[in-house]
Amino acid sequence: MTEVVSGVETHNGGAVATPHEVAPEAFQRRILAAADAGARVVAYYGEGHAPHVTLTAVLADDRSGRLEILRSRVDGPSLPSLTPQLTELHLFEREVFERNGLEPLGHPWLKPVRFTRDGDVVGVTDYYRVEGEGVHEVGVGPIHAGIIEPGHFRFQCHGETVFHLEISLGYQHRGVEGGILRGPTKRVLHLVETAAGDTTIAHTLAHCEAREALAGTRVPARAQAIRAVALELERLANHVGDLGALAGDVAFLPTASYCGRIRGELLNLTAALCGNRFGRGLVVPGGVAFDVADPAELVERLAVIERDATGAVDLLWSTPAVRSRFEETGGVATATAQELGLVGVAARASGVAVDVRSDHPTGMYRLAHIPMSVATSGDVYARASVRWLECARSFAFVREQLTALPRGPVRVPLGPLEPASLVVALSEGWRGEVAHVVRTDAAGGLASYRILDPSFHNWSGLAMALRSEAISDFPLCNKSFNLSYCGYDL
Amino acid sequence: MWNIFTERLRQGSRTIAWPDGPAPQLDPRWRGAPVIDRARCASECEACAEACPTEAITLGGERAVVDLGRCLFCTDCEAACPSGAVSYGREFSLAAREREALFREGEVVAKAQALDLASRKLFGRSLKLRQVSAGGCNACEADVNVLGTIGWDLGRFGIQFVASPRHADGLLITGPVSQHMELALKTAWEAIPAPKLVIAVGACAISGGPFRDHPEVLNGASSVVPVDLFIPGCPPHPLTTLDGLLRLLGRLG
Repeated sequence: MTEVVSGVETHNGGAVATPHEVAPEAFQRRILAAADAGARVVAYYGEGHAPHVTLTAVLADDRSGRLEILRSRVDGPSLPSLTPQLTELHLFEREVFERNGLEPLGHPWLKPVRFTRDGDVVGVTDYYRVEGEGVHEVGVGPIHAGIIEPGHFRFQCHGETVFHLEISLGYQHRGVEGGILRGPTKRVLHLVETAAGDTTIAHTLAHCEAREALAGTRVPARAQAIRAVALELERLANHVGDLGALAGDVAFLPTASYCGRIRGELLNLTAALCGNRFGRGLVVPGGVAFDVADPAELVERLAVIERDATGAVDLLWSTPAVRSRFEETGGVATATAQELGLVGVAARASGVAVDVRSDHPTGMYRLAHIPMSVATSGDVYARASVRWLECARSFAFVREQLTALPRGPVRVPLGPLEPASLVVALSEGWRGEVAHVVRTDAAGGLASYRILDPSFHNWSGLAMALRSEAISDFPLCNKSFNLSYCGYDL
Repeated sequence: MWNIFTERLRQGSRTIAWPDGPAPQLDPRWRGAPVIDRARCASECEACAEACPTEAITLGGERAVVDLGRCLFCTDCEAACPSGAVSYGREFSLAAREREALFREGEVVAKAQALDLASRKLFGRSLKLRQVSAGGCNACEADVNVLGTIGWDLGRFGIQFVASPRHADGLLITGPVSQHMELALKTAWEAIPAPKLVIAVGACAISGGPFRDHPEVLNGASSVVPVDLFIPGCPPHPLTTLDGLLRLLGRLG
């Protein structure tokens, strides 16, 4: 009979005393057992450097809304890799190897994540290579054709067909987490805001909820409502923009043109909240920095935007030429999505029903439920239609919140952080789950800060979506995921 | 097919009238350059400078200088000020040709000078730019991209973003320039036929922004290539960027 160890149980935004470290064998056994029982890996990271590394794993049971935190100290240069049994750990183990030097023995794919070790040259690595008659390789990037962030893609092709796509990132690495730990403190919120600058609200929300949990601060209801409104506006702006860009990628210009403009109108609503189109400065520890001046005016503007967006996007569904390009392109099977631990739109489009707003709700989402939008076909069409379903629900949610804003203050002071504690804060950004895992030291200062952007989980989904596709469909598939480079690179 | 036409009619023409007509209304909460009224400062108080996340504020005697190249246009200085001396300007025309011109006192704002006559003849009616994000967070990128939408219609000025540096007259750079993008940025710049322009957009590309002095970044575009136009903001409003581009080309009075 083997020893049964389970981690410390908590929930989204619930601070706990830093869990005791368990033996590496028990740690690994528990991760596999929990995954067998349906748990998902939210975070898995190391602190320190081999031969002394402390690993932390955060596992989510999405059905019960419970989170489990496990910690283990590994003394030695290596640990058996769990990736062969649990695919979703593949990138996490690579990252621990790169950052902490702890080698996962038997890892099938042990390549750099961000090329941050001494002597690493970004992009220089052993690429997976297909060989044979008629096989060729196409390399793209780091600089791409449009106004997009940099990354390197390498396609292994047979004629026009992509056998395999390898994605090599790290070009955007700016040391976000290091900067947060090093300080100065006055920069921390700004680093969080720009970790993935198109996801400012979701990241600042997770950051602030983590700090509020550690400080035992209760955020006023009005602030919670404004935060949720801002999060849904961020989702709306990006989803509408993406639907337009998808139309552009199949050369359907009407929707592409309209949505480009409408996206801007949605950003302007965020600017109406806080003066910045990307929500900079809105979400602050203890609440929000701006109250809503005139909610009725925002509701009016929103109604016009909703009508314009509906007219623009409905053209997609009623145009056979668009549908035929979206359908059965870039498919990701449910089993693959689950195995890779995909999150957000990419997961829900493949029939994996995960959404922090439903599974691990905090703030206003505990009171006002947003139904989850799910599709099953896993193709570009599914990712587009999930986006639009979510838009419809976000429009309704924002309208509802703005017409019944709770009264009261929008910000309360934040006390000191609880020492020797750990908290996991999740929020559902427009791409998917944003996770901030924060640990404090004995004096209540930050001891470790880990950020997980949904893109970290989802880039491998894009690679799988390209298998057996025509290389000319890459832009379409890529846009249907629209992942963040800087959110991954940090 | 019919619904495509009717929707086209319903959506109407939505391009802004500016610069021939009025500029689009900026939100009342939109923040231009911070202005510090020294007359209202309490003596010895340096709360704004201390609170500034990027050390953009320098106080001395009667003077208060704000470096718009570092400024994130956040609210930290205003929130820290005990005497209400910090306010935000409403001027959107903030671009500058020289880095030094971004150190500003009060509301007096010198507009960016146009290129010389020979360069205006070359680029004035057709400017092709290659955009390179070098550690950008996708906010500057997004609000540059927006200039290509029907709302702003950058093409009407002959300005266009192109897919290859070989087709370009210059670079538009965003991001603090991560170490990992230094080589690619340099290569892209070298691939552009001379004479060429460089435009740095956003606090990161001008000074490193919130990432300034991180070992992973190079504190902006000037560390790698010579910059001809600095457009401040975090991110700059699309109107600020468009204004800067048009002033550079001598297309605004």
